[in-house]
Amino acid sequence: MTTETLARPNPTPDPERSLRGATPPPGRTSDRVFQVVTLAAGLLVLVVLALIVVATASQARAWFNAEGLSSIFSSNWDPAHHHFGAFGLLYGTLLVSFIALLFAVPTSVGIALFVTEVAPRRVRRPIVYTIDLLAAVPSVVFGLWALAELIAPLSHIYQSVSSATSGVPLLGTLFANPSGSGEAFMTAGIVVAIMITPIVTAITREVFVTCPASQKEAALALGATRWEMIRGAVFPHGRSGVVSAVMIGFGRAVGETIAVALIIGSSPRLTANIFGTGDTMASIIANEFGDASGTWRSALIGLGLVLLVLTVIIGIIARTVLARADRRLGIVAR
Amino acid sequence: MSVVTAPAGGALLRSRPGAKGRKARNHAATALIVVAVLVALIPLVAVIGFVISRGGSVFGWQFLTQDIPVLDRDIGGGMLPAIVGTLIITGGAAAMAVPLGVLGAIYLNEYGQRRRLARVIRFLSEVMTGVPSIVMGLFIYVVWVLHFKNETAFAGSLALACLMLPIVIRTSEEILRLVPHELREGSYALGSRKVRTIRTVVLPHAAPGIVSGVLLAVARAAGETAPLLFTIGFVTSTNTSLFHGPTTALSYQIFHNATSPFVGAQDRAYGAALTLILLVFLFTALARLVTTIYTRRTSASSGA
Repeated sequence: MTTETLARPNPTPDPERSLRGATPPPGRTSDRVFQVVTLAAGLLVLVVLALIVVATASQARAWFNAEGLSSIFSSNWDPAHHHFGAFGLLYGTLLVSFIALLFAVPTSVGIALFVTEVAPRRVRRPIVYTIDLLAAVPSVVFGLWALAELIAPLSHIYQSVSSATSGVPLLGTLFANPSGSGEAFMTAGIVVAIMITPIVTAITREVFVTCPASQKEAALALGATRWEMIRGAVFPHGRSGVVSAVMIGFGRAVGETIAVALIIGSSPRLTANIFGTGDTMASIIANEFGDASGTWRSALIGLGLVLLVLTVIIGIIARTVLARADRRLGIVAR
Repeated sequence: MSVVTAPAGGALLRSRPGAKGRKARNHAATALIVVAVLVALIPLVAVIGFVISRGGSVFGWQFLTQDIPVLDRDIGGGMLPAIVGTLIITGGAAAMAVPLGVLGAIYLNEYGQRRRLARVIRFLSEVMTGVPSIVMGLFIYVVWVLHFKNETAFAGSLALACLMLPIVIRTSEEILRLVPHELREGSYALGSRKVRTIRTVVLPHAAPGIVSGVLLAVARAAGETAPLLFTIGFVTSTNTSLFHGPTTALSYQIFHNATSPFVGAQDRAYGAALTLILLVFLFTALARLVTTIYTRRTSASSGA
């Protein structure tokens, strides 16, 4: 690698200009063909995305036709009586995601700060690898573990919290009617929190790392403690990055299927009782699709379409925020 | 902005009246940060400990080589059909998604660069990494299973390939971006055309990074359940065909047996979970190994 050892006056040349400066020899057909092949592979992403929308929408049409807009937005999901209202499921999805973010975001920010600001240099990489290992554990294994080990102790906690707060105005309703088995919105939220922590941590860590040393040193030189330095230099610098990390975590939480399907208790309903059983759009597809036919099946595919649209919108917002943050921080478009 | 209003000079921290509170807050924050790491480690240790202790009692040579019992309530049996199924389905998915993904990444980094189309593809492939895996399963169910009226390993492969494609594109492009432009220019200066430059200079330089990214994508795909629920069907004996007949997979078996009231089925779920974790961690460890060897090699060569 002789080029590496040559002295370079400008280590990061503008990629476009440097390529244009060194135009390859006149293209022959193989060059052309290869370019077209790679372009086709790139376009495949657009084709697949478009096909997903078209295919699920065409199958979901029967649901929209049979139910009409008003009953789709009702919360009455009752396959036995041919009612397929999706609102309770949308609510369940958002509630579980909200609970998950409530646990996962502070934890992730804490881990990211530990890795970037607190930990000695040599333990940083092992910690990062360990947290990434959490992302490698399959969803279904988390579900199995939660079913066997987590729901029983949680149900005791739910019972005691519920009886302690009964009669208290707001908390009383929130914690009322705990599920006897421990399968609940809360249980699903906790497990989803564990599953989205690695990705939220990874993105948060990336933006915290880019905080300029000069700013941190300036804060410390002014006499700031480490925490004051973090609040005054690292947080303002990484704010939009954290926002997009939260959005990406939200998108993952919305789509989390298998673990939720195992531990949420499978009862689609609109309720404020977070210790009670519930259901989400993704989990009901996993649990009911095998038995479904006709309008029921069409409704489940329609839920998939809603899920797709929801995650795509969340993804677009997250990526836009992240791209803007990168531009502000002087990082070239990812 | 406490930084601005804080008294200047580290020595003042000890003498000023408010210093004790600031110091205490700093210690409290540090403690909370450490607690966050510990809180995240608890589930990891708990899950791995659970899978090893419960799965370990059923795991063994018999478990890896026997068929799944036809009746859920039967005790014993093995997971061979599911292991074979997982390997075939994931292998089929990788065979489709990896070449296409790498080609797509080559388009983005070597041809498209900052053109509008390339930016749209780049953006949407990032968005596509966030599409839930269950949606991929529904998609393949609608366009493949409903259409051809059969559930096969290949249908499962298609669903997993949809999941892997954007991941492979994104990670491969990141790696291609790290290839120094001087290498390409050197190749052009020697008279190579662009295809030849990509084939003989860019790809060899990027190969370890791409392999590492692909292994991580394979690890993630191997653990997926949702895309397989409606695409691969169900069997209890080994089906080695990619295109003919239904099959099964480790993740599917775990999901199926997890809620079973029978002890035998539950034990098979734990054993399958241990097998799946070992498989996924093997791929993850391989990816790390490739990265480590690669970074050591490049740092050694650039230091020379």
